[in-house]
Amino acid sequence: MSAHDHSSPHSEPAAPQHGGDYEIMETAVRELLVEKKLIGPGEIRRQIEVLDSRSPALGAKVVARAWNDPGFKVRLLENGRRACEELGISFYDDTQLIVLENTATVHNLVVCTLCSCYPRPVLGLPPDWYKVKPYRARAVSEPRKVLEEFGTHIPDDVEIRVSDSTALVRFLVLPMRPEGTEGYTEEQLAALVTRDAMIGVVTANTPTESA
Amino acid sequence: MRDNTTPAGNPLTGIVFAEGERPVFGPGDKARILARSPIGHYRVPTYMRGKLCTVEKVIEPAAVDNEEEAFGRNVGSKRHYYRVAVPMSEIWPEYKGPATDGLRIEIYETWLERVST
Repeated sequence: MSAHDHSSPHSEPAAPQHGGDYEIMETAVRELLVEKKLIGPGEIRRQIEVLDSRSPALGAKVVARAWNDPGFKVRLLENGRRACEELGISFYDDTQLIVLENTATVHNLVVCTLCSCYPRPVLGLPPDWYKVKPYRARAVSEPRKVLEEFGTHIPDDVEIRVSDSTALVRFLVLPMRPEGTEGYTEEQLAALVTRDAMIGVVTANTPTESA
Repeated sequence: MRDNTTPAGNPLTGIVFAEGERPVFGPGDKARILARSPIGHYRVPTYMRGKLCTVEKVIEPAAVDNEEEAFGRNVGSKRHYYRVAVPMSEIWPEYKGPATDGLRIEIYETWLERVST
């Protein structure tokens, strides 16, 4: 991890070093597990397929549905996992999901200070900046400064709520619906929802921004 | 529709619950996150230990305590856990933002002690 210590949330993470200690350890453990017949290559491939099928596009559909369907939004805020399961999104890692609604008075931000807990069933793999120490440490100690660096200004009369995921619960931010999107279809709305908006570091795009 | 059923939220009386079956804390309760430093796999970040918090929500269902799970002990180690709220100013005395800014985190019951108000 020390290679990442000096990175800021915006800088590109160092290129993976091929043959680094962790990569060698991963290969060794994987080969041992396969050799001892505890797991098979097919299971590893299947799990990679599961992960590859999850991406921010799924989360964007969840958000768009919540914006257009008030009943779904109520269920989503009540029990995030169950509402996502309604849309066929399975929680293969057996985590719960709490959906945090951004409003005119509350802005939510998600971090995992211990490692990189992330709502993978709905968003896929986390971005590299989410996993490095500067973001993890600063999101909980100076969240407003971190948000400014992402270009997000939150006025002082809006409460910042940082959720630190530590164990079995994952968080998804439900951004505010942008102005000027009345009558938009779910598909049009989903196009305005970025991965970063669902982590809470930015707001959803406005129609002009994404035009 | 079902006129002859008993309304929900009207449980029978006289039922004794097993030790640990019911959550000890409820929304609004004040608690302190313990400042323990045991050896092993513990998922309470150091920066949160010893801080005062307010229980916001009981997370259902109770889950296997991942601290026990790290040692392969899953049976009987289900614990209640809570989403708790801590003001930023409680964690960082020099915090410069508005007093309303805060942090939310999930803490197992074994890491919380009640604070009388």
